[in-house]
Amino acid sequence: MRSFFNEVKEGLLISFQAIRANKMRSALTTLGIVIGIVSVTLMGTAIEGLDRAFTKSIAAIGADVLYVQKWPWGGGQEWWLIRNRKDIRIKHAKDLEKQATLAKAVAPATGTRRKVKYERKVVEDVVVVGTTEGFTETSGANIAFGRFFTSMESDGGRPVTVIGSEVATNLFPNENPIGKSIKVGNYGYRVVGVFDRQGSILGMESLDNRVYVPISRFFKEFAHARQGIQVMVKAASLEDVENAKEEVRGIMRKSRGLKPKEADDFAINQQEILVQTFNSIGVVIAGVGLFITGLALFVGGIGIMNIMFVSVTERTREIGIRKAIGAPRRTILLQFLVESAALCLLGGVIGLAIAFPLSLIIDQVLPTAMPLSVVGIALLVSVFVGVVSGFLPAFRASRLDPVDALRYE
Amino acid sequence: MSPMIRLSNIKKMYQMGDEEVHALSGVDIEIQKNEYVAIMGPSGSGKSTLMNVIGCLDTPTSGLYELNGTNVSEMNDNQLAKIRNKEIGFVFQTFNLLARSNVLHNVELPLIYGGVGSADRKRQANGAIERVGLGDRAHHKPNELSGGQRQRVAIARALVTNPSILLADEPTGNLDSKTGEEIMGLFDILHSEGNTIILVTHEEDIAAHAHRIVRIRDGKVEHDEKVKNRKIARAHTTTTA
Ligand SMILES: Nc1ncnc2c1ncn2[C@@H]1O[C@H](COP(=O)(O)OP(=O)(O)O)[C@@H](O)[C@H]1O
Ligand SMILES: [Mg+2]
Repeated sequence: MRSFFNEVKEGLLISFQAIRANKMRSALTTLGIVIGIVSVTLMGTAIEGLDRAFTKSIAAIGADVLYVQKWPWGGGQEWWLIRNRKDIRIKHAKDLEKQATLAKAVAPATGTRRKVKYERKVVEDVVVVGTTEGFTETSGANIAFGRFFTSMESDGGRPVTVIGSEVATNLFPNENPIGKSIKVGNYGYRVVGVFDRQGSILGMESLDNRVYVPISRFFKEFAHARQGIQVMVKAASLEDVENAKEEVRGIMRKSRGLKPKEADDFAINQQEILVQTFNSIGVVIAGVGLFITGLALFVGGIGIMNIMFVSVTERTREIGIRKAIGAPRRTILLQFLVESAALCLLGGVIGLAIAFPLSLIIDQVLPTAMPLSVVGIALLVSVFVGVVSGFLPAFRASRLDPVDALRYE
Repeated sequence: MSPMIRLSNIKKMYQMGDEEVHALSGVDIEIQKNEYVAIMGPSGSGKSTLMNVIGCLDTPTSGLYELNGTNVSEMNDNQLAKIRNKEIGFVFQTFNLLARSNVLHNVELPLIYGGVGSADRKRQANGAIERVGLGDRAHHKPNELSGGQRQRVAIARALVTNPSILLADEPTGNLDSKTGEEIMGLFDILHSEGNTIILVTHEEDIAAHAHRIVRIRDGKVEHDEKVKNRKIARAHTTTTA
């Protein structure tokens, strides 16, 4: 064991001497490895960034909330069949609310866009959401000031509204919004609460540029009674989600009068579907990244192999000397493997040195950080490529006949 | 007492295309411990080939080679490497030092391959360097040394493992005659300290240091005799060459 350690140390010493003696050649040789490592680390960094963005925004959807909708998330079925489905209506929400035993809360929701005014200030294109008091539970969003509307306000269709943080800052830059009267479209509403900042789902629609009103009033003032809705059902607990889903399906099927043989004409969506979709996107990105990385490392590995053959030939005499004074085959093999691995490791380190500042640039666009595991993997991969591509040259070196090698000019 | 080296009917044949070159065609030699042997012969007579066989660098095509009573001719590559490391110290005409390593590291190398730990290694290597009179040059690179000094480094490297035999193939061939004499003085001292030495030379002057001369011609021992008028090492031999 000690002699193995000594031999690796000797191998490293020789590699440093060899790399120092051929600085330019070594740097050029590692180019493929450098590119491979830059690509693998940047890919890792980008995936990490997407992951973080996704995890952050998907939290708003809630892992324990089922979304009963006409359209399934993630697609799959024929769109024209789905388009012909009957819309989801308040009636279905009512049935779910009455019958679902595994639900903690049920809230219907539907929306449209209107401008929102307070005195002189106007915010265009605000999403107006009609819902019920159950929304606080199903959305999981926190109220920053005031309160959400009550079931009485909701059932009675009172002109009260809870506004998103972006609407609040735009309309009330220096005022307390609570109790103020605003206009949503052409109708007056009294602000009873303001939501915390929520950000956006997957970088698309902002969740903060919204106002929430009782759904019964929504249908009077903003939408035709035939407009479809969605129903959010929050399961009693995370463990109950799957059972709740089955229960919701049963209630919906009955409510929509489906016969036993008929297929569901509604979709029960949940966060998991998005996670799966996201993961499959991640797989595609990783696949492309790995392909580029693999190609670069392969080309780089061939380059290393080539230069190691050159190195072995150049140093035939040195190999002869080492053998003459008692280096066994294994030691010579190890020496050149160590050298090849050290060369690749050098490429890996250069690659990381290039990739790190680039990852900081990515961070500006997509908040992320180069994961430590990726750094570790990059270095391991470099060493692995070095050992694999150095094997043939090292093997050849270890097999040299000492007398022939000593005679080599 | 059985001899340290026993060669019986050693043959070495090289295939050069259709032609067979018989570098050694049946050599029988016995060498005792603490002998001082010079091998002489014209160029191409097989001296180096014989040295390589004795030094376990090369294996004979046929014949029996016993070193310290063990049959070396049937050993595999790794066993031979071990013998070279432990039992043989080789000194070459062209020094064969590692150019990028300093004197100390060159001399340490056989100990590294022998698995000797760092502290012992440094001590033994420095001891060997002192013995060849290069104590003040341990951290120099070979290209900073004269030819004679380089050969001393090579001798230190050969000595450092306390081998059974020191083999030197024309050790003075690349040196001027004065420096050559100094190197031979060093061999004389090493011999007087109990080492077994075999050296190849084609200079009678150099061979005269030995106690016995084996003359080779066409791959065969032509003559094997004790030296009558031994040359005695001159007094200044350990001064730096
Ligand atoms: N590797 C080899 N291949 C072919 N012939 C060789 C080889 N090595 C030595 N010889 C031949 O063997 C003979 C003896 O060589 P060598 O032992 O080097 O002679 P010396 O050292 O006495 O000058 C020479 O004829 C030489 O050409
Ligand atoms: Mg010769």
